[in-house]
Amino acid sequence: MNDWPQKLFGVLRQAKVRQVGYVPDAGHKRLIELCRADPAMRAVPLSTEQEGIGLAAGAWLGGERSVLLMQSSGVGNCINALGMTSECRFPLLMLVTMRGEQGEFNPWQVPMGQATRPALEAMGVVVQHAASAQEVQPTAEAAARLAWGSYAAVAVLIAQRVIGIKSFQDQAGR
Amino acid sequence: MSAILKRREIVAALLQERGELLVVAGLGSTAWDVSAAGDSPLSFPLWGAMGAAAMVGLGLALAQPARRVLVITGDGEMLMGLGSLATIGVQRPRNLAIAVIDNERYGETGMQATHTASGVDLAGVARACGLGASAVVWTEAEFAAARKALLGQPGPVLMQIKVLAEKIPLVLPPRDGGLLKARFRRAVLGPQADAE
Repeated sequence: MNDWPQKLFGVLRQAKVRQVGYVPDAGHKRLIELCRADPAMRAVPLSTEQEGIGLAAGAWLGGERSVLLMQSSGVGNCINALGMTSECRFPLLMLVTMRGEQGEFNPWQVPMGQATRPALEAMGVVVQHAASAQEVQPTAEAAARLAWGSYAAVAVLIAQRVIGIKSFQDQAGR
Repeated sequence: MSAILKRREIVAALLQERGELLVVAGLGSTAWDVSAAGDSPLSFPLWGAMGAAAMVGLGLALAQPARRVLVITGDGEMLMGLGSLATIGVQRPRNLAIAVIDNERYGETGMQATHTASGVDLAGVARACGLGASAVVWTEAEFAAARKALLGQPGPVLMQIKVLAEKIPLVLPPRDGGLLKARFRRAVLGPQADAE
């Protein structure tokens, strides 16, 4: 099995990410645990994803790198705040686990899941898709370079089939 | 009770000996108040992203733990980011303070009433979120104590400062976001700001 959460954690360590803003998602469970356990990272659970856009901006103003972890439904909560990211050219890395994609079992997830990419692109965020577990690490590595090397806002969308949740029961069991 | 304090005087008093203080200003009137007190590279005024001011302050406070961070924002802006008080309460950064300049109005859109005009107690919300010393400020004497708490005592803390609903002249800071970011980083980080 490809341990993509562990590899994603390695990418964040390598990039010297210090603040990790997140709203939990089952797909990010392991990565969140790894970040919380690392004394070099400050895990910041958020009450809504848009808070993470402000957090990342403030971190950068103070000289630290921040990453934002969320599920695709949370992307919709970030849209207006992303105007600040764009206007100020704040570097931003978002790692988004997808719902409403392949094999979705909850119809309420589908509209935002299908709108995730166009909504981000409409706000000037570069969107990169990791369709398989093997693609997660190289895609995230490249996205981190783009974000902090070029002061870009970048979202990595991690495909639903990588997460592999098939049902409510499966989700609850994780 | 009715408000007697004047917002420009309050914000000028908060910033009169600001030294190394890092300031984030919420969009609208509080950004103009901060600007009226004297433009500074160590001020980051928001022109958008309503509801984000406190969280920008949190990210900054965590990144710069040795420096005091003061968020100066309005009641409408704070109401839009109410959840961030819970997030800040969990992180408990000792160097973060929030001054809510509360005129009970949306000042830029026609002075419509905000929830605080109907008694919503932002300081009470802040205390419930773990910002324990938070209080509502109506008088000069209360403000003198609040000023000390905002600038010097261990945070996080929120002071909800009731001010007159005045229409006063706009004093605008630079509005180029890239400039505001770059000058702030240079002022905080020195040459390292451009090396990153």
